[in-house]
Order: sequence, then structure tokens, then C-alpha cells
Amino acid sequence: MSIGQAFLGLLESQPRHGYDLKRAYDERFGSDRPLAYGQVYSTLSRLLKHGLVTVDGVEPGEGPDRKRYAITPAGVADVEQWLQQPEKPEPYLQNTLYTKVVLALLTGRPAAELLDTQRAEHLRLMRELTRRKTGGDLADQLICDHALFHLEADLRWLELTAARLTELAGKVRG
Amino acid sequence: MMLSAVELTKSFGSTQALSGASMSIAAGEIVAVMGPSGSGKSTLLHCLAGIIRPDAGQVLYRDQELSAMSDGQRSALRRGEFGFVFQFGQLVPELTCLENVALPLRLDGHRRKDAQRRAAEWLDRLEITDVAGKRPGEVSGGQGQRVAVARALVTGARVVFADEPTGALDSLNGERVMRLFTDAARTSGAAVVLVTHEARVAAYADREIVVRDGKALDLARHA
Repeated sequence: MSIGQAFLGLLESQPRHGYDLKRAYDERFGSDRPLAYGQVYSTLSRLLKHGLVTVDGVEPGEGPDRKRYAITPAGVADVEQWLQQPEKPEPYLQNTLYTKVVLALLTGRPAAELLDTQRAEHLRLMRELTRRKTGGDLADQLICDHALFHLEADLRWLELTAARLTELAGKVRG
Repeated sequence: MMLSAVELTKSFGSTQALSGASMSIAAGEIVAVMGPSGSGKSTLLHCLAGIIRPDAGQVLYRDQELSAMSDGQRSALRRGEFGFVFQFGQLVPELTCLENVALPLRLDGHRRKDAQRRAAEWLDRLEITDVAGKRPGEVSGGQGQRVAVARALVTGARVVFADEPTGALDSLNGERVMRLFTDAARTSGAAVVLVTHEARVAAYADREIVVRDGKALDLARHA
């Protein structure tokens, strides 16, 4: 996730103080991992250095002055380019689950149990996300659905692998 | 436990569908029954619902053994205490959606007006009041499944058996049906046995049972 570009997008909609920017980011994209203040200000100073944002105004207050940040035309161009660029699809070719299954077979451990345990854990998380989704707003639904579809894909792989375990065991032990 | 299967076995010809399957479901609980095609999950559901009789083993509903009941007692149970939702609504095509939902009450001897009033309440709960006067052929797949859910719950059923209730729907409609179905079941305190091969559907349940080689496994219990 590119925090820099997310900040630029939020600033394009309106200029904001650093604190407001963090809050807007956490609300929309932070999920259960809010940004640290250090991360917010280091990102902003990088954007400033590259001329993608500018300080739009300073309000004196108790403690440090409150700076208001605004996006520059170069910043707008940067967001524009980022949005147009497709993300590289994750191939997930180096997968811990796959490694575990192969090692279990190689060392004569019960791979089927490993798959079952993982399956139960995946479904437990899927139930939790489903509860959150059904009690949430549209934004919650979208973010939870994204996670749920990925977990479902893992689960289908677990099922398929369980069905192919005998064949795989023969190949691994060669 | 409200409903239990104890060591069920069932064969169809030389095919063994269940070989010692046991599971139970508490009042108000939603349990997903998962497993690959041909694993025996639909057979387990049909045995639990008293639709088919197992070769051996017992099905207990509130401490009563289903196979010890007469056919008449069993069908009274299916009409009064159990509700059913199948993959394709299986609504009566000649009746309107409202009449379909009211049908179980009419069969149970309720007056037409009373049955239709209660049916209308259920259509409202499932957010489909606008289909009341339409026939099943005139509504979408998702709406039809919501009518089927309303019909299953209208009698105050204590257990609803659902066999791939979203199997014929796209993701968006499937999600909507599951949300409304599980909300409605939880509100009315009905237990649900939900057969599905889709994990996202199973995730609406409280826990899952996996049927594998004719046996029912609770994987979380061993984890």
C-alpha cells in the first residue's frame, strides 16, 4: 500500500493538517492498523521535498505550529499516473502453506491434519469477517469482501491439495 | 441438543453415502455442513430432516427418535417444526409469492386472512414486499430464494434445513440472501443446518462440520 499516493489523493480532495490527514487515512484505509505519527510526518516531508505537496498555511498553537498541506500540480499528476497504472497481480508463488505441506510429506508427518487445522483457522477468520461485514457499512463490506475472497481462494487450494495428497506424497518422496 | 444424528449409515445400492456420521445442533445454532460433492452431505441433511430413513443409527429431535415415529408423525414434524430451503426455491408456480409463503400455514389449518397477514410480515422482513402479488416465474432468482426463506420460517419452524440455498445465485444476490436468511433465523431463534460447498456461505454460520467419506468431522474441535 502506497501511503504517499493515498495522502496525495486525500489532499487533492481538500487541503488538510497532518493530523486530519492521518485521521482520514485511518478511517478509510487503516482498517485495524492506524498510521504512526512518525510515518505521517516522514511521508509528508518526503512529498514536500519532491514538490508534490506544499505548505498552504501555518496556524500557531500550543506546542508545534499546525501546518496545512495542499497538493501541487505535480502531485496531482503523480496521483493521476498511479491510478492509471494497473497493479501487478500477486502470483503468490512462494507460499508458506505449500512449503509446510511439502515438508510434512517429506518428513513423514501427517500433512492431512495440517491442512485440516489450517482450514478450520481460515474458516474461523472468515466467520469473524462476515460478522463484521454484516454489521458494517458499505466500506466495511467492500474491505471485508476483499479479504473473504482471498481466504476463500486459499481454502479452495487447501481442499484441492487435500484431495491430491496421496499423489503429492509419491512425488515428494520420489 | 435439539437435533442429533448418531452413527448414521446409509447406502444407495453399492454406494455408501454415510458410514457412521454423527453430529448435533443446539437450539438457535447455525451449522454449516461442508464437503466435496458426493461426500454424503445432502444425504446427512435428508436423514436429519426425516426425508430419508438411515440404514442404521438414530436421528433424535428433542429426544424423540425419528425412525420410531409413524409416517404421519414424521410429516407433521416436517410441516410444523422444520422448514426447508433448496437450491432452486421450489415454489408453487401457479401461486403468487404471498400465497407461497402462506401455504404452510394454510395446510396447517390457518384461516386465509391470518395466513396471508403473517406471510406479508415475513416478506417485509426479507425486504421483498414488492413481489407479494407476483408469481415465482416473474421474480429474480435472489427474490425467489428470499420467498423460499420466508416460507421456511413462517410457521415458526425450530430447524431450517437449507441445501445449497445460494447455489444458483451470483455473489451479490447470494450474499444478500445469506444475510437476510441468517438474520431472520437468529431473530426467530430457529436452528439452521446449512449444506454448502462455498466457504463464503459457510462463514455465515456459527461453526462448520465437514463430511468426508461418509463421516461428519468437526475440524475446529481437533485444532
